[in-house]
Amino acid sequence: MSAYLLGLGQLLLLALLAPLATGWVRRVKARLQNRVGPPLLRPYQDLIKLLWVKETLFSDRASWLFRTAPYVIFAATLLAAGGVPVVLAQASVPGFGDAILLVGFLALARFFTALAAMDAATAFGGMGASREMILSALAEPAVLMCLFVLSVQADSSHLETLVGHTLTHPVLPQPSLAFALVALVMVALAECGRLPVDNPATHLELTMLHEAMVLEYSGRHLGLLEWGGQIKLVLFATLIIDLFFPWGLAHSLAADVALPALGYWLGKMLVLLTGLAILETILAKLRIFQVPEYLSVAFLLALLGMLTHQIMGGV
Amino acid sequence: MTGVETALGALVVALVGAILRLGLPGGVAARLFTSATLALNALLALVSGLYGLAGQGGAMTLPLGLPGLPFQLRLDPLGGFMLLTLGLVTLAVAFYTYGYDAPHGEASSDDMSHHATPGRARQEGFFLPLFVAGMEGVLLANDVYMFMLFWELMSVASYFLVTSHHHGREQQSAGFLYLLMAHAAGLLILASFAVLYSAGGSFGFDILRLTHLSPVQATAAFLLALAGFGMKAGVVPLHVWLPVAHPAAPAHASALMSGVMIKIALFGFLRLVWDLMGSQYFAPWWGALVLGLGSMTAVTGVMLAVQQQDLKRLLAFSSVENIGIILIGLGLGMIFTSQGYPALGALGLAAALFHMLNHALFKGLLFMAAGAVVRTVGSGNMERMGGLIHNMPFTAGFFLVGSLAISGLPPLNGFVSEWLTFQAALSTPEMDGVLLSSMVPVSGAMLALAGALAAATFVKVFGIVFLGLPRSEAAAAAGTAHPAILLGLALPAALCLLLGMWPNLTLTLLGQVTLSLQSGGSLPEQVGFVLVPWRDAHTSYAGPVVLSMLVGVALAAWVVLHLRRRPVVRGAVWSCGHPHLTPSMQYSAASFSQPLRLIFSDYYRLKEQIHTAHSGHISLVNRIRHTVRVDDPVWALLYRRVELVVHWLALRVERTLDRGIHYQLGYMFVTLLILMGLFG
Repeated sequence: MSAYLLGLGQLLLLALLAPLATGWVRRVKARLQNRVGPPLLRPYQDLIKLLWVKETLFSDRASWLFRTAPYVIFAATLLAAGGVPVVLAQASVPGFGDAILLVGFLALARFFTALAAMDAATAFGGMGASREMILSALAEPAVLMCLFVLSVQADSSHLETLVGHTLTHPVLPQPSLAFALVALVMVALAECGRLPVDNPATHLELTMLHEAMVLEYSGRHLGLLEWGGQIKLVLFATLIIDLFFPWGLAHSLAADVALPALGYWLGKMLVLLTGLAILETILAKLRIFQVPEYLSVAFLLALLGMLTHQIMGGV
Repeated sequence: MTGVETALGALVVALVGAILRLGLPGGVAARLFTSATLALNALLALVSGLYGLAGQGGAMTLPLGLPGLPFQLRLDPLGGFMLLTLGLVTLAVAFYTYGYDAPHGEASSDDMSHHATPGRARQEGFFLPLFVAGMEGVLLANDVYMFMLFWELMSVASYFLVTSHHHGREQQSAGFLYLLMAHAAGLLILASFAVLYSAGGSFGFDILRLTHLSPVQATAAFLLALAGFGMKAGVVPLHVWLPVAHPAAPAHASALMSGVMIKIALFGFLRLVWDLMGSQYFAPWWGALVLGLGSMTAVTGVMLAVQQQDLKRLLAFSSVENIGIILIGLGLGMIFTSQGYPALGALGLAAALFHMLNHALFKGLLFMAAGAVVRTVGSGNMERMGGLIHNMPFTAGFFLVGSLAISGLPPLNGFVSEWLTFQAALSTPEMDGVLLSSMVPVSGAMLALAGALAAATFVKVFGIVFLGLPRSEAAAAAGTAHPAILLGLALPAALCLLLGMWPNLTLTLLGQVTLSLQSGGSLPEQVGFVLVPWRDAHTSYAGPVVLSMLVGVALAAWVVLHLRRRPVVRGAVWSCGHPHLTPSMQYSAASFSQPLRLIFSDYYRLKEQIHTAHSGHISLVNRIRHTVRVDDPVWALLYRRVELVVHWLALRVERTLDRGIHYQLGYMFVTLLILMGLFG
């Protein structure tokens, strides 16, 4: 029973800190662009406004799928985050934690987002759905290849096992892991809809992927989708931390182990998110049909990592 | 009654039902009779399948057949598993047929709405049970003669089903291509059996199982079997008949063909290579070949599927993709077994078999639902559909379940079989050679690509067909489907959910199959509802937990957010200042797949044209015609070249023979001498 509560607490922590992460990224970007930027807690205010205050407005031609999809999308994203070790070296939801299941949950969320976009019967919805589904399909081989490089070494696709493997093995720089790290970062940028793939700040249709799909949503539906997007960003950042820099994860809830673990996690997140903000400031957005090349580079890097592992005999 | 007797009973029911149907006039009674025949057949097949899986199949010999070559029947776990698959899909089709053949609307000249005239209904009612009987005979056969006889029955009966619907020139050439390739496949299969016969001296499977083969014979049999059964299953590059035949056939026939028949082809491959030959003959390059073909088939199938505008043609290409996924599982199984890891080999085999069952269920569901839609709208063109979720809510719901399942999304069954295949690929043990160890992860990546593109394809299908605004008057006026159709759709949909939640059930049954096919091929014991791919695997999948958590979180969010009552406003969507939102403003099927078309334009041999018609000045456009043509590259790369070679040869021979009758007689005499010298 306590395991469930621990897990729930870890998941809640991730979900509740997700808006703060987005706020931090926006703040750093603003400072880098010589602006003051919105307050750190602004995303919380936005979420409360959308979820609790604003009315919900949607098309008179929308079907039940349009109204149900945000709940399914939010549930799928939250459960994907439920498989990732955050502070404790265990997944939040017992039984989850398989990396392929994580990818499956995110795919489920994407499927319903795209369907809801097409339900609106607008050109924006169709465009967003079409581009998002096809470009994310091209990102899948890269994701899986990164996973291979790590799973082949740990002989499992379960995140807890992968974390345990990296924690117990010598901390030597391995070329295959370096390749996998760069590939995973590139794919994470694409999946979270960040520059250079998609600009989360614009609402111009030609630059939109994710924003085009949620254009018709408002009120609590939009609140759920926004929160889901923020959770996804923190999810990917935590995934990168877990797979490549997992030191400091706690094995029990004893205060002398858990609090430092929390501190480590927050510190690593800070570094990663600041890095993201810097990347977004110095990179320009790619033309939409250059994104497949970007994703092929990610795939090739992951493939190189896997081949390096095979040829160099397990390094 | 043992299993094989029950299965024989099912076969007899189908044959008798087919023949009796010829005597009935059309109408409700005849439809009911056909449905009853199929349903009874399906139930008997299900029961016998369970017997077979429990190991109580048994064997028998029938005094029919040629003198000295009686029919030998045997039901083993593999046959039992396939009978289970066949029974489930046939049961759904049995309900579906009653509603599908029912008269509806006004008869129009447009053939696509499947108005069953008495003659056509009789033809379908005769050949549909014969088709099922043919498949069952193949599953039960324990000697080459019965196998090939029922194989031919299956092919010929399905040919008549493919050409039953339309009588135009295009459909006749579709039927011709189908029959041609079915017979070419049959010849290759027969050649493969001939190789085994030359080593074993008998046509009975029991003797062939014990025969020792030389490496050359084993390789020859394997390659011929792969080519023959692969052609019938729809493996690239021999798949070209599939997207031509499936759209032409009526929906219940397509569901059976795509759902069951192509799996029977792979069953034949398993029977010949795993069962008759045995896993001790597996060379590593065999598995690598199957794995490579599977990856190529999966990616090619889905890349072409996403570009299609015709609903049933798209589903046919999607079947090609899923055959590729099954072959990936089989290839992994062969590679691991040949490298000395029978438990992992069994996992690959089990993943492939699981996907066979899953695909039969969700593809059958999708084809039947597509048939219902096409029947109502009167056309298979997706550009004429749209907004059907409002008028056909149940069909849309079942189609959504099928789409989620085929896209491999949790918590449905498609995810489980793809998860198992990934687990098999990720397990990469120590193997000889970097090439082999690298091929496995790369094929895993190709599987991921195929799965993700399949999700894109089914977002396109569901979005264009059911969501948005209706793109034609027929779509706007569509009515809900016949209750029998809905019942036929509900069964596979429920099974998709059930198999996704409790995959242990299926995996326990599959353990029996893999154990019977290869030594050491046992799967780990599944405890509770958690799926474990292999012993000491540190990962698992808990189906019920996934479903319950998804539903739980979604419901909790709904309840919390509805605690405060706020108004919900419905209004018109902003259409950029235009007075109304028209159907032409939304995305069409062709526009949805445009990004992929542009990215891979060389692969698709893309030909795109835009014609504008003006009235007077060039800027006074009154009509724009956009034509896009996407070709299957296999036609140009393989078949046209083969055609050129054959044509060239034929011309050469013709020119040589044209010189006069004395030349022809001379050639005949020389050939006779040579043959007598070789075999005299």
